[in-house]
Amino acid sequence: MTLTLGHFLSLGAILFALSIIGIFLNRKNLIVLLMAIELMLLAVNMNFVAFSHFLGDMHGQVFVFFILTVAAAESAIGLAILVLLFRNRSSINVDELNTLKG
Amino acid sequence: MDVKTGFFYFFAAVLLFASFRVITARNPVHAALFLVLAFFQASAIWMLLKAEFLAIALVLVYVGAVMVLFLFVVMMLDINTDSFRQGFWRHFPLAAGVGVLIALEMSAVLISGFRVSEEPKLPAALGQAAQEVSNTRELGKLLYSEYIYPLEVAAVILLVAIIAAIALTLRQRKDSKHVDVADQVRVRARDRMEVVKMAPTLPYAKDENTPGVNAVAGMEKQP
Repeated sequence: MTLTLGHFLSLGAILFALSIIGIFLNRKNLIVLLMAIELMLLAVNMNFVAFSHFLGDMHGQVFVFFILTVAAAESAIGLAILVLLFRNRSSINVDELNTLKG
Repeated sequence: MDVKTGFFYFFAAVLLFASFRVITARNPVHAALFLVLAFFQASAIWMLLKAEFLAIALVLVYVGAVMVLFLFVVMMLDINTDSFRQGFWRHFPLAAGVGVLIALEMSAVLISGFRVSEEPKLPAALGQAAQEVSNTRELGKLLYSEYIYPLEVAAVILLVAIIAAIALTLRQRKDSKHVDVADQVRVRARDRMEVVKMAPTLPYAKDENTPGVNAVAGMEKQP
């Protein structure tokens, strides 16, 4: 039984589904929510790399490169917002962050 | 089932276990460490796919930078982990249902629809020479020629991220006695010493209507 493209795509799909479950479960913990988003981006990157390998096209890997860049920027800003939030509210519980609700 | 397939299943199993532990770990520090493990396994799978540069970049960027940032933040914040667990398993049936449905649907389509064989479809004209080409060299050629403007946009995005992160978390303490050097350099003599023009005091002022005495008395009355 040799590896096919479907194996890697299925792995990406399962990883994506796991991160969706994580977002459902950890609705209160902002840090784990950010981690689940990172896992989702990893699943997408896995698809890009698998397609790039099996179709013999390097452009997919270029996209993974840019996704890595944007994900790093996103997590840096997200964590900065988190620190700011904790400094002002002394808590990162999502349930208490209802100031914008009006 | 060759060695490569075995490696794939091993790395995939560890990757899925690690990501499962990320979303169910009680302690956020453990979650971050399992996320590091997950990124390592993903990097190994990318190695199997002959994407060496991206595999190394994943380890360097994610494990080396992003996850250390996560660990810093997790350890810096004093988080009460017990309050997060309330209602954790209440959402589990719905979450598991949605997740399993998504995984099954996507896998059903992907397994049957993409039976692409192991050998990549390299251009036949390149022949054996194409096998020797370095992955990093190919990626660099594309990045610095065709994708040069997106590359610069990515650099600007990183710069914006740096500035945003610093601007968000920088704060001036009200009680700190810091010295503003620029203010000190810019100061002039007239800011420090003020020459006040006033009428001379008259020693023999017998009359109340003398303007000099009045002026001095007026000065003293002011609070």
